[in-house]
Amino acid sequence: MGDAILRAEALRAFYALDIYGKTKIIQAVNDVDLEIRENEVYGIAGESGCGKSTLLKALAAAIEPPLRLMGGKVVYRVNGAEIDVATLSQEEKRRLRMTYIAYVPQGSMSVLNPVMRIRDTYRDFIESHLDVRQKGEAFALAREHLVELGLPPKILDAYPHQLSGGMRQRVTIALATLLKPRIIIGDEPTTALDVVVQRGVVQLLRDVQSRLKNTIVLVTHDMGVHANIADRIGIMYAGKIVEEASTERIFGAPTHPYTRYLIDSLPRFGDKTPRESVPGSPPSLANPPSGCPFHPRCPHAMEICKREMPGFTRVAPDHRVACWLVGEGSYGKAA
Amino acid sequence: MEKLLEVENLTKIFTLGSVLSRVKITAVDNISFFIRPAEIFALAGESGCGKSTTARIIMGFERATSGAIIHNGRREGKNEKVWFTEGIQAIFQDPFATFNPLRTVERYFFETIQNYRLATSKQEAIERIDAKLRLVGLTYDDLAGKYPSEFSGGQLQRISIARALLTDPKLIIADEPVSMVDASLRMSIVNLFKRLRDDFGVSVLYITHDLATAYYVCDRIAIMFRGKIVEMGTVEQVLMAPKHPYTQLLRASIPEADPARRWQGVIRLSDIEQDEYLRQGCRFAGRCPHVMDVCRRVTPPQFDVDGAQVACHLYAEMSRSDEVLIASQGQ
Ligand SMILES: Nc1ncnc2c1ncn2[C@@H]1O[C@H](COP(=O)(O)OP(=O)(O)OP(=O)(O)O)[C@@H](O)[C@H]1O
Ligand SMILES: Nc1ncnc2c1ncn2[C@@H]1O[C@H](COP(=O)(O)OP(=O)(O)OP(=O)(O)O)[C@@H](O)[C@H]1O
Ligand code: SF4
Ligand code: SF4
Ligand SMILES: [Mg+2]
Ligand SMILES: [Mg+2]
Repeated sequence: MGDAILRAEALRAFYALDIYGKTKIIQAVNDVDLEIRENEVYGIAGESGCGKSTLLKALAAAIEPPLRLMGGKVVYRVNGAEIDVATLSQEEKRRLRMTYIAYVPQGSMSVLNPVMRIRDTYRDFIESHLDVRQKGEAFALAREHLVELGLPPKILDAYPHQLSGGMRQRVTIALATLLKPRIIIGDEPTTALDVVVQRGVVQLLRDVQSRLKNTIVLVTHDMGVHANIADRIGIMYAGKIVEEASTERIFGAPTHPYTRYLIDSLPRFGDKTPRESVPGSPPSLANPPSGCPFHPRCPHAMEICKREMPGFTRVAPDHRVACWLVGEGSYGKAA
Repeated sequence: MEKLLEVENLTKIFTLGSVLSRVKITAVDNISFFIRPAEIFALAGESGCGKSTTARIIMGFERATSGAIIHNGRREGKNEKVWFTEGIQAIFQDPFATFNPLRTVERYFFETIQNYRLATSKQEAIERIDAKLRLVGLTYDDLAGKYPSEFSGGQLQRISIARALLTDPKLIIADEPVSMVDASLRMSIVNLFKRLRDDFGVSVLYITHDLATAYYVCDRIAIMFRGKIVEMGTVEQVLMAPKHPYTQLLRASIPEADPARRWQGVIRLSDIEQDEYLRQGCRFAGRCPHVMDVCRRVTPPQFDVDGAQVACHLYAEMSRSDEVLIASQGQ
């Protein structure tokens, strides 16, 4: 673990939708501060629709209309120098993509062209990013890379439909890591896969990380996957990070009331006692609640929660929480 | 024993590829199971093992290559599709794909009411819609005039369950209804299934990769691997004491929500899907730590092991061995 390689400062990214001539603003990422360290696996979890995928798009410098950067910045540290992503030209961004930062979006298995053999997808990818002279060179590179990652090189001859969903997902990850990026951003890479294949995908991500000594940012709803691979976890609610800590502390000492619900709702084998989910409905990001966005659903809500968004309080060296209860130092007494 | 739905020797073969390189995939390979009234039955297993295909055949969206579906004691026949799926409703994985973004959500409800002639006036229709929405924690006013984009994934999933309930189904087929939502919403959806079972006698075929929620909410479970059911029994039997080597691997691979108990060791996955589909004998033989000679030659039949059904040669001696061996060689 080391210094920040990727930083977000007061980041705000909103969708601006035009509905019957009226503009509707969806505050999907709302004032996020984040420091992702060199060589760590940073997990992000949170409610469905709370803005996780949008945050990843912003971190990957992949903002496109209707999504707009409304404030704050994303900073990369490339070869020791800090770069504000907003100052990069399209061409510079293109060059950084895949060599510095690789982004595997949600549902990305479909990026493999169904009528092309995997080999040809690789060749196109290599030729568009690298200066490859000889014909066989790209193929040799692809082969070598797959072998390094423990994937059978014969899949190069297959069409996507001949591969299982899990193998397609691993091929996608392999492709994204071919140019040895310093940061890999993965959005739900194991969703809808069986647990054996999921384990294979996580195994691959871990292998890649220990080989390249790089950084992984991973979004998933599967808290078991977070527990298995993440070093630190950020919990997101209504466009904001509300808690951040080491994986051990998120599972062992969850502190924000939303995080507590999330962890308490996890079913465990051998235990069928009824589990509760978060009461109430998710907030509208077009019209988020005032103050702490969790206040309409929070059993501990106080007057101040309705008026003012709490800042972060450091409850342990590597554990910060945005909640008035810890701000006052009173949290935890009741529980 | 009362059976609401019975699947009997169901097989589905897909043909892929061009005329020159034709590949046959046995997506579902001679499977049988049943669901009782007021029972939640899980279908789990490998990605691509044939779960959705099975569900689509039960719902009548796809035709079986062979085998039968028996619903309420009546066999599905060529001309009986119309009544057949009555009493069965489906919900799917992606709530956003279920609803067209340009149509209001309530229109789907009114359409179902019309199709099944469930009300004689608009007022009656609204009352019925409201009653079903209240079962999932919403009201008619919550969705009147709104478009799908105005709801979260979890809300939309609950809305699609409410719509499925309009016809008072006896069986809900839920194909990965929780895989796109967060842990808390998963709980609210499976808790809803539980309530439907306990208070209204509804059965659910719950297709999922999330074995922890399956354990929490289901009565029985079938584990599929490459088109076959390899193990079936109560969730206690199958998930707490798995017997088939594939189920054991599956169980050991469930990521624990506990960073102190991370996965140990590495696992091997199959390379190309078709390799295992074309294999003779047991399809898990290529990866099974207990593989024997017979496994590569003979397809293992189902053995009864402590009340669970297990399709694995390891359990041959444990049952009436002679009979079983003869039976299996005949396959
Ligand atoms: N292309 C888009 N246009 C308009 N609104 C969008 C778009 N993409 C997302 N949104 C909205 O922005 C909000 C955040 O969405 P996002 O996809 O980032 O959530 P998420 O946390 O990744 O959710 P999930 O867990 O379901 O993947 C949601 O309210 C969503 O409806
Ligand atoms: N229409 C089709 N044509 C050809 N092959 C098909 C078709 N539908 C499914 N298959 C194949 O049949 C097999 C079973 O697919 P199915 O979708 O039933 O699996 P599943 O168990 O639902 O998988 P998952 O867990 O990934 O949802 C797969 O190999 C799939 O590629
Ligand atoms: S700030 Fe207030 S409303 Fe928000 S989580 Fe803390 S106690 Fe609850
Ligand atoms: S039949 Fe043989 S190969 Fe198949 S699971 Fe049993 S022991 Fe393993
Ligand atoms: Mg997302
Ligand atoms: Mg499926």
